[in-house]
Formats: sequence, C-alpha cells, structure tokens
Amino acid sequence: MNKTAEQYWKANIRLVSILLVIWFICSFLFGIILVEPLNTIKIGGVGLGFWFAQNGSIYTFLVLIYVYAKRMNALDVEFDVHED
Amino acid sequence: MDLQTLTYLVVGFTFALYIGIAFWARAATTGEFYAAGRGVHPVANGMATAADWMSAASFISMAGLIAFNGYGASVFLMGWTGGYVLLALLLAPYLRKFGKFTVPEFIGDRYYSRTARIVAVICLIIASVTYVIGQMKGIGVAFSRFLETEYDTGLYIGMGIVFIYAVMGGMKGITYTQIAQYCVLIFAYTVPAVFISLNLTGNPIPQMGIGSTMADGSGTFMMDRLDQVVTDLGFKQYTTQVMGSKLNMFVYTLSLMIGTAGLPHVIIRFFTVPKVKDARSSAGWALVFIAILYTTAPAVGSMARLNLMNTIQTGEVGTVEGNIEIAKVPQWMINWEKTGLLQWEDKNGDGRIQYYNEKNAEFAAKAEGYGWKGNEMTKVDRDIMVLANPEIAQLPNWVIALVVAGGLAAALSTAAGLLLAIASSISHDLLKGVFMPDISEKNELMAGRVAMAGAIAMAGYFGLHPPDFAAGTVAIAFGLAASSIFPALMMGIFYKKMNRSGAIWGMISGIGVTMLYVFQHKGIMFIPGTSFLGDMGPSWFLGISPNAFGAVGALVNFVVAIAVSKVTAPPPDHIQHLVEDIRVPKGAGTATDH
Repeated sequence: MNKTAEQYWKANIRLVSILLVIWFICSFLFGIILVEPLNTIKIGGVGLGFWFAQNGSIYTFLVLIYVYAKRMNALDVEFDVHED
Repeated sequence: MDLQTLTYLVVGFTFALYIGIAFWARAATTGEFYAAGRGVHPVANGMATAADWMSAASFISMAGLIAFNGYGASVFLMGWTGGYVLLALLLAPYLRKFGKFTVPEFIGDRYYSRTARIVAVICLIIASVTYVIGQMKGIGVAFSRFLETEYDTGLYIGMGIVFIYAVMGGMKGITYTQIAQYCVLIFAYTVPAVFISLNLTGNPIPQMGIGSTMADGSGTFMMDRLDQVVTDLGFKQYTTQVMGSKLNMFVYTLSLMIGTAGLPHVIIRFFTVPKVKDARSSAGWALVFIAILYTTAPAVGSMARLNLMNTIQTGEVGTVEGNIEIAKVPQWMINWEKTGLLQWEDKNGDGRIQYYNEKNAEFAAKAEGYGWKGNEMTKVDRDIMVLANPEIAQLPNWVIALVVAGGLAAALSTAAGLLLAIASSISHDLLKGVFMPDISEKNELMAGRVAMAGAIAMAGYFGLHPPDFAAGTVAIAFGLAASSIFPALMMGIFYKKMNRSGAIWGMISGIGVTMLYVFQHKGIMFIPGTSFLGDMGPSWFLGISPNAFGAVGALVNFVVAIAVSKVTAPPPDHIQHLVEDIRVPKGAGTATDH
C-alpha cells in the first residue's frame, strides 16, 4: 500500500471509530444501560431513556450516516482517491 | 361503499400498479435480473431498500409487539435501524467497490476458496428462508383478514401471489415496484397514525403525540394514562417493562443490528448503485425512509394498546358495568374472530368480557373478589394489532382498506427481495460459480426462478406452524445472518490477514452455535414438540432468548476465525492487494460484472 492510501485508510478508521462510539452511546448506553436514571428526566410525560430507546437513537443514526458520507467524500478528494 | 368492496378496490388497484411496473421494467439479462444494470439513483435505491427492508415484520408485527411489550420492544426499533450505521460505515462502500453481484461471490473471491463460497451460500439460504417464513406469517394474517377466511387459506393464497410476482420480475422489476410499494406502505402506516394521534391527544404528529396530554381535557400525559390503564388490570407498566432482562435486551438489539448488516437481500442493494459515493449515501437515504415508519411505530403501538384496553374495559375496574357486553362487541372483534387470531370466552358466564393479567398473582386474587374467573380474551395475536388498529379507533373504511394494501405491499416487497437473494445464490453462486460454469444466461435465469419457487413452497410449509410472531421469526433470521455473514464480510475488509480456513470455520461455528441454540429451544426445524430443552426462560443461557442469540454466535464466529487464522497460512499476496484495492474508491467504474 502506498503512503497516501495508508494515510487515507487511517483517517477512515479514525472517523469510523468516533462515529461508532456515538452509535453505541445513543442506543446501548442511553437506551438500555442507563435507561432508569435517564427516565427520571421527563419531557412531555416521556422518560428520556425511553425516548432514546424508541425515537432518539434513530434520529442520531441518521445524523451519523450523513456525517460519514459527507466526511468520506471530502477525504476521497483530499487524498485524491475519488472516482472519475 | 362497504368495507369489503372498498378493500378489494384498493388492494386490486395497488396490485395492478405493481404488476404494471414489473412488466414495464422486466429483466431481460442476468445483469438486470441481479443488479438492475447498476443504473439506480441513490434516492430511488434508498426508497427501494426501505421497502425491501420493511417487511411484514416492520409493518404488521412490530407495532403489535410494541403495544404488548412497551419499552421492551425498543430492541426492534434500535436493532432494525442501528444496523444501517454498521452497513454504511463498514460494508456498503467496499462491497460496491468490489463490484460483483452476490455476497457469496465476494466471500469466495476474498477467501480464494470455492468451499468458502459454498458455505456462504448455505448460510445465506438458511437465514433467508427463515426470514421468508416470517413474511409468510404476515401475508397469511393480512390475506385471512382481507378475504375473511381462516389463516391457513390466507397463507396459501399469499404464496400463490408471491410466486407470480417475484418469479416474473428480477431485480430491475423489483427495484421500481418497490418504490411504488414504499409509497403505498408509508402512506398506509402514517395516515391512521395521524388520525389516532389526533383523536387521542389532539396532536397530529404521532411522534409528538406520545409526549402530549390526553385530548379528553384531563391534563394527563398520554404515557402516564397508558401506564395507569395497564397496571390497573395487573399488566406490567408500559414504559418500564423489559424484555427478559437488560442483558437480553442488549444482546437482542446487537443481534438485530449485526444481522441487518449481514442480510444478503439488503447488502445486494448496494451493488446496484453507480458509484462508491452513492453506496454511502444510499444507506443514509434508506434509513431516512425507514425512520419515517420506525419513529411512528412507538405511537402506533402505544395508542393501539390504549384503545384496545379502553374497548374492553369501558368503565371502572371491578364494577359490573366496567366491562363490555359480549352482545355489544364492536364489528372489528367479530371480523377478527373469523380468522381465529382473536378469541374470547365467557368463563364466568356474566355476558361480559374481562381482560386482565391472570398470571399476576396479586391481581388475580383481586379479580376473584370481583367474580372474575380468569382472563377471557383467550387469544390476542400480536400480529393483528396494526391491521385492526384503524378499526379499533373507528376510522373511516378507506383508511382500513389502505392499511391492508400497505401490509401486503410490505410483505410482498420483502419476500420478493429475499427470494431474489436466494435465487441468485443458487443459480449464480452454486450453478454458474461452482458446478456448471458453462451454463447459458437463459438457463441460469431459469434455474433462479425454479429456486425461488422451491423457497416459496418451503417457507409456506413452515409458515403453517411459524416458530413465533412474524417479528420474532424474522429476528431469528437476523441472528442467523449476524452469526455467519457479517463477521466474514467485515474481517474480509478490515483484517487483511484473515485467511480461508479462518473465515470458513468462523462461519460454520457461528451459525452452528446459533442454530443449535434456536433449535434446542424452538424445536428442530421449528417443528413443535421437538425442542429438547423447552422454550422457557429458566433454561436459557444467561437468560438470553433464542431470538437474540445471533450476537453470541457472531462473537463465536470472530473468535474462532481469528484463532484459526493465527495457526494457518496467511492469505497470498494477490489477496492482500485485492483488500487494499477495495479500501479506496478510485477505479470502481472499471470493476466488471464477471
């Protein structure tokens, strides 16, 4: 693997790792592990933990994929590995 | 116009539309049959993926499970959406760059082994057929209600329609039909949700409705009211009831997420976009379209539960007038009774129905004091909730007809996508790839269609005795995919040193462990009475339900694969170069079909 490709791959791994940590926090941590303490915070009669488990995590997932696609497309250009 | 005629009209119209599109876009070449000629725009592809993805389990079954499991059903909501993050970040762009048609093809090339390819085909078929069984249950429920027949008859009719529909189209036809099906199903799902939310809380947006106060002027929040109503009858509190244990929920969610990223009919979608860039955004678009339904589902589930409880318990708990008279049950209950999926029995002979949790000892004692002799709603199949929902909420007939059409659209689109994955793995991977390399395109297509027909017959047979509700059966399919396909794909991309033996033994042990666990609790090949440990909580490993075991299987797969790869020869240089090549998008256009 040449140097650019190696750096590109490292940047990719870094981005993916950060996004997957957020992925874990918004679903497993907020929605399951910490659900009881978060449920003491109520918005409109709905506990925050319950809300993350049933709605909030899904909105976060959408943002994650959007950020990934945008950042990766930028990285492709930066390292000159984009198509055409 | 009466409901029956209206339902025929709406369902008939949507079917005519799908068949028209399938005919217009019918596949002529194998390229079009498998990958729609790679000419599909990311937004269109995202919408088709969403329809493909959201099956009878999502449309018909999930909200019913939410209604009865409350917070516990969050595993489906998070599991079936969070997997798209894994898919987008870890698999989709690389598989598109690789540029072949099927998942086993990637595994066979990456692990330089025909054996690996065959193992992948077998894993894929096991997972997909299990998934189709879940769809068949959903189709059976929808048709039995729509035609007012028994469940079994509904199932046979459904099988016939899936056959005609999937065998004709191929991927190109399926992609465009699925776009139409997405529109039908999302409209059918959200319209009743908006009406019901408006009725109950005065808020037209269902996602906000669950966080609003009741429209009856009491000032009580909807969720508090629901918790109150269910606990008053001895059921568990809606917003806190867990499914099994928290560990089980954790593993269940993880299993569904990994399974999402390992199911061939979804992965195959990312072969159909023009560029690597499009593969990334396609996954995002798919999730946008999926999220519309998934964020509405918690409202549909909770409101359906509240309406159902209020239908039967019309007044104060314990008073004679508090329960509905059997002579006065609403029409929807009579309609559903015909399907055999809803049943009641007047155990105490008071001419009224009592619906409560008889397994709650404390409340059962109280109920005896009221003169109640057991729960009288003897069967409430969870899978009927979404279809019955508009009737329960007394919405106009056209809404009910629409929901039936939407449920059928969801079940058909997914069944078709899965059947395509099965067909391509048999005709393309097994016949052309391994046993008959010289097979002509025409014969390959024919073999694919025969394979589809076989899969429908098999799934229909199991659909007569499904191992669980539609969503539960589908969850098992996800577990099987999670434990076999996903680890092999991920390590193929991210771990250059993963070799042939590691991947093969990883897949075999992963799916093996999962299947063994499912069969020992659910019966061998799901045949009732053959389970040797019983489908009971206490005999589960660490309290993990069979539906959730895929994550454990995936872990086994990773561990075995890495261990075996350490003690066997590393992959040859050209394979390591192939992996390096997959990792950069440049040159994706030059990747060829064969």
